[in-house]
Amino acid sequence: MTFSQATEKKLQDIWSRYPEGRKRSAVIPMLMYAQDEVGQVTPEMIAEVARRCEVTPLQVEEVVGYYSMLNKERMGKHHVQICTNIACLLTGGEELWQHAVKRLGIGHKQVTADGLISLEEVECAGACSWAPCVVDGYEYHHHVTIEKLDQLLDSIQKKVQ
Amino acid sequence: MFNEPHPAEVKVISKRFGLPNSASIDTYLAHEGYQAFLKAVEMTPEQIIDELKLSSLRGRGGAGFPTGMKWSFIPRDNPKPKYVVVNADESEPGTCKDRLLIENDPHQLIEGCLIAARTIGCKLGYIYIRGEYRYLIDIMDKALAEAYAHGWLGKNIKGTGLDFDLYTHSGAGAYECGEESALLESLEGKRGVPRIRPPFPAVSGLYASPTVLNNVETFCSVPAVLRMGGQAYADLGTPKNGGTRLLCVSGHVNRPGVYEVPLGFPMQKMIYEVCGGIRAGKKLKAVIPGGSSSPVLTAEECDFPMDYDNYARMKTMAGSGGMMVMDEDTDIVKVALRTMRFYAHESCGWCIPCREGTTWLRKILTRMDEGTGRRADIDLIHELAKNMLGRTFCPLGDAAAMPTIAFVEKFRDEFEARLRETVVPVTSPDQLIAIG
Amino acid sequence: MSTPVTAPPALVNFTVDGRPLTAPPGTLLIDACKRAGIEIPAFCYYEGYSLQAACRMCLVEVEKMPKLQTACTLPVSEGMIVRSETEQIAKARKGTLEFLLTNHPLDCPVCDKGGECELQDMVFRYGAGESRFTEIKNHAPERQWSPVVFYDPARCILCYRCVRACNEGMGVGALGVTNRGVVSEIVPNKVDHLDCDECGACIDICPVGALTSNTYRYKTRPWEMQHVGTVCTHCSNGCKTTLGVRNDEIVRGNNRDRSGINGEFLCVKGRYGFDFTANEQRLTSPMIRLNGRLEAVSWSKALGFVAEKFKSVLAAGGRFGVAAGTHLTNEEIYYLAKFTRAGLKSSNIDHQRTGDVVTLIDALGGRQDVLATVEDLYNTKAALVIGSDLSQQHPLLAFQLRADARHHQAKIYTVTPGPVREANYSASSLEAPAGEEFAALDKLTESLKAEKELVILFGDAIKGDRVRQLVAWADGLGIPVKYVCLVDYSNSRGAVDLGATPNLLPGYQPDPAPGLSLDQILNAADLAVFWAVGANPLRGRELAAKQAFVVAQTMFLDETAQRADVVFPSASAYEKNGTVTNVTGQVQRLKAAIRTMGTKTDLEIIGLIAKEMGLATVAGVWTHDAVFKEIHKNVHGYQVPLPLLITGMAAMTQPVNGGVKVDVRVDEIRSAGDTLFTSGELGRYSKLLTSVPEYPGALYKR
Ligand SMILES: Cc1cc2nc3c(=O)[nH]c(=O)nc-3n(C[C@H](O)[C@H](O)[C@H](O)COP(=O)(O)O)c2cc1C
Ligand code: SF4
Ligand code: FES
Repeated sequence: MTFSQATEKKLQDIWSRYPEGRKRSAVIPMLMYAQDEVGQVTPEMIAEVARRCEVTPLQVEEVVGYYSMLNKERMGKHHVQICTNIACLLTGGEELWQHAVKRLGIGHKQVTADGLISLEEVECAGACSWAPCVVDGYEYHHHVTIEKLDQLLDSIQKKVQ
Repeated sequence: MFNEPHPAEVKVISKRFGLPNSASIDTYLAHEGYQAFLKAVEMTPEQIIDELKLSSLRGRGGAGFPTGMKWSFIPRDNPKPKYVVVNADESEPGTCKDRLLIENDPHQLIEGCLIAARTIGCKLGYIYIRGEYRYLIDIMDKALAEAYAHGWLGKNIKGTGLDFDLYTHSGAGAYECGEESALLESLEGKRGVPRIRPPFPAVSGLYASPTVLNNVETFCSVPAVLRMGGQAYADLGTPKNGGTRLLCVSGHVNRPGVYEVPLGFPMQKMIYEVCGGIRAGKKLKAVIPGGSSSPVLTAEECDFPMDYDNYARMKTMAGSGGMMVMDEDTDIVKVALRTMRFYAHESCGWCIPCREGTTWLRKILTRMDEGTGRRADIDLIHELAKNMLGRTFCPLGDAAAMPTIAFVEKFRDEFEARLRETVVPVTSPDQLIAIG
Repeated sequence: MSTPVTAPPALVNFTVDGRPLTAPPGTLLIDACKRAGIEIPAFCYYEGYSLQAACRMCLVEVEKMPKLQTACTLPVSEGMIVRSETEQIAKARKGTLEFLLTNHPLDCPVCDKGGECELQDMVFRYGAGESRFTEIKNHAPERQWSPVVFYDPARCILCYRCVRACNEGMGVGALGVTNRGVVSEIVPNKVDHLDCDECGACIDICPVGALTSNTYRYKTRPWEMQHVGTVCTHCSNGCKTTLGVRNDEIVRGNNRDRSGINGEFLCVKGRYGFDFTANEQRLTSPMIRLNGRLEAVSWSKALGFVAEKFKSVLAAGGRFGVAAGTHLTNEEIYYLAKFTRAGLKSSNIDHQRTGDVVTLIDALGGRQDVLATVEDLYNTKAALVIGSDLSQQHPLLAFQLRADARHHQAKIYTVTPGPVREANYSASSLEAPAGEEFAALDKLTESLKAEKELVILFGDAIKGDRVRQLVAWADGLGIPVKYVCLVDYSNSRGAVDLGATPNLLPGYQPDPAPGLSLDQILNAADLAVFWAVGANPLRGRELAAKQAFVVAQTMFLDETAQRADVVFPSASAYEKNGTVTNVTGQVQRLKAAIRTMGTKTDLEIIGLIAKEMGLATVAGVWTHDAVFKEIHKNVHGYQVPLPLLITGMAAMTQPVNGGVKVDVRVDEIRSAGDTLFTSGELGRYSKLLTSVPEYPGALYKR
């Protein structure tokens, strides 16, 4: 399996951080960066990471199943994560979630028909003092209101047009 | 990002937060940066540990274990390599402070790690950052590159003869990986399932080698301890509760934010002065004082000096410093449900009571919330949580059980009110048969 | 052998439920209690495998410890005061069971494990039978992972025993855990199917009905079976297998009571390969060739016909040639060898030789205690494997070495023509083509000299003078060395020990008038009678003597039977009471599990031929007991302790060479190269073995 130059460089950089004989340590970060490029975790990716990290594909598979950010299904180009954990719940996170579900017509870990946006109701994103919070990919948006959420979704949808 | 500082704060580890370019090494160096490490180089490991013990610095990750004592457990005669690991998994609901420390002052963390490495004789360390914080990983990587470029990391650091390499390591979404032994498993490329302890990480941690593992904030406090001296640092707080800590206040206050206050800071003052009181003139109902795992306090209970011992006296925890403030309109059943949904989602599944208990409780609480609960459910919730308590493989089970028990015990009336809402008046005998 | 006297480690004193107990330091509380007869419930704990502390059933109260402790991870310590059955503990266990049952189906009556389910037993003991759980259970459909393994995630209690049995016990690592929390489940290594040894260890170790075997599931209930402990007939390792029998049909094989030299270890052949006994091609009637075709006849007709022919050839001084099977019992081999020599006045008797035991015994020249036992392989500090793909060819021996490495940090060295599984945990694995082993051994000499002791296991590449060379080289290491000469079949060893060789009488005494070897018999143009007893030497080979009268005692119409003039349907090893000697020279008892109508044991067939010939007194009584007594009395090295045998244990033989050099016919010694999935003549008649995707498998591949 081949990756873009930038990703390949990143993967090698990650691989080099761990002592000889401990390359298994690179499995999770490698999967994260490889997934960022491919858009999901594929069987080929599992085999490739297993080969590079000197473990069996099953050992990688076990990891993929465990971590909630590793997805075997393809998520949208914009993976919009809405936190509804306590601090966000107290400040309107659930309303944001309901709004997004209604507006996009998709639910938890579902993707819009055009593949542009996917939604995920996430656990505490670490933005409690600036709640409620929405994360687009890796980009944090704080003190989000329904208007701000609409603006965000508008801008995502406009970008493609 | 950070909030407006408050004059009541005592800024020790957050003092560089407002500076222009605060994350850069130049800013750091211009503001006492790496001086504590140079001081540490002149000290023996025992002296460093003594200073830490004197400072009564306690872990800021959750359990509040004395840091000096933890470092002293590293066996000196073990020929294996030793490791420093930073817990930047920050996923305890209510907590958002480690993020600020890395975002605004990453070199402070590097310096803390350097001092730890110098103390235990370690050449390699990792900063385990939760996967969601990708932007922080980038900031941290940049800071590490700067530190290497300036000779504060790598071989023969600043001519001291010490070598130390430090890297970031990305998580991939799992609260359980904040638990120290699960974090180590994850760092070794495995599922985030905790280990059997003992042995503790200090004896057998990363790659089965002696490992110092602390929270970001704990490491960040270490340079301050050495700079000020253990005693001066301790004096900021209360006896056995040295220094300052970051409290992350969220929920229904006027000025939520992350504030640095000395240990023993009064909770009333925190809520009403620093955070400007409850929003929209509402009344306080309850506070979850130290992240979602800590048992809730009623408004009446929210009046004590916030140090580890006093939290314990209140039968709750300082935890990770995540204070979630709830006003009188808050639906406690909803909060209890949301809390349990979190733990059910995050249980690693290793042991039976946690795996099955959290899910069962989630299901019952869902029913309560939807208004189809039964009277017996309230006691059942309480009993099931008790059945988990103290019997699970790692503290996540306790973390799920403790707040649940407190919600039911302290807000039983709210649970009961949920039942009453759905009582259907009996108007015909047929109905009785149907209900059975 | 003298063991150095070391002070035994001081015992730790502790108290459980008021009973003062002692145990060696480091003993886990759960084991210490078990040895004292105090049973602490456990799902995830399994002796010999890594600790999990996952099920939380073994919680106990320990004084001075605030929380309940897991007995499965807690080593005993001096003065420890433990309570294992209190109200608090019972409540905790009941609570945990109640949690467990929330997602476990409560349909015990239709579950395959009903009656031998550890969860069922536990609920019976602690209650939690009535559930307060009213929600919908998680459900996921059952899956078939291989021709033998089925997995039902709903029943799985996530004790991880199967994962450990596969990873640690088998060294395969075909099972893992995926997902998180309540939806966690066990997964196979090939996404939806297994690529593994198909040993079924995972099924056997599963405490509940989550893993079931296709061969047994839903066929019967455990209490409807008889359980017969006998010895597996497939390879030379001699695993004890307990056959579950119903209505004269074997329905399953396992060894869950952990008795015997193999504990509960079994490979695919031992656990599932019994089905050849029920193959519809089994012969059930004697046959005589009439007008070129084999026709079924009565036993008396066939026996009379053979006896007449044998008598006339004997009278005419014609040549006999006898091929003895390597699955026969010791008694059958001894009896056959005796009858051939004393009755038929011939030493032309041989078997298919797969290892050079003869030269090894000779090279060791009467030394005692230098042949390793199966148990030695678990305890030795170092082992060297030469020229064998041990995990494939000798699965139990490989299992023992793996456990030795895991539990005792034993150092394993291998010198093999190709990559072997042992390399995954070995101290050194060298590859050397057959014939070039000694160059590789020289490279190991220095490391081996530093070991405290060594067991050498060698395959068919080391034979004849190379065996002597090996012993001389090992003598030069200056450390105690024991040997295992690897042979292939369930009684290959018995065949050499008990006289099925042309130049050795039972007990390695030289035959004063040596006869023809197997190759020589097959090539002898003037052979008058060729008698194959439980052997198929004509598979892929021709009998030179076109005119020879051929008698075959066999279970199937194999190549030899097709050439035969008379065919006798014989019983399998699972239908016999006798003894067999395994690869390490340990004797064990067979117990007949079933009867197949129309067949007789080879012993009886030989005896009846002798009787028909009027030679009954020469041959002696043809019961296994009587013949065993004779062996026990007469055969050097077989004076084994009888109580061991009677109680189903293995007794070590002490073969000693008679002191006369014999021609071992080195060119006739070769391993059959069976893999985990083949079994000489038997494998092809096992539908199960031929149905696994790995069949027939290859050696020297991981
Ligand atoms: C379920 C669970 C989650 C935890 N999550 C975190 C976390 O996100 N960050 C953290 O620093 N400590 C976390 N901890 C605490 C760590 O196990 C550990 O005690 C801490 O990192 C030690 O550092 P300290 O002594 O500096 O506090 C968690 C503990 C548990 C049981
Ligand atoms: S399949 Fe059986 S042995 Fe494996 S984890 Fe599940 S219950 Fe345990
Ligand atoms: S046997 Fe101890 S936790 Fe399972």
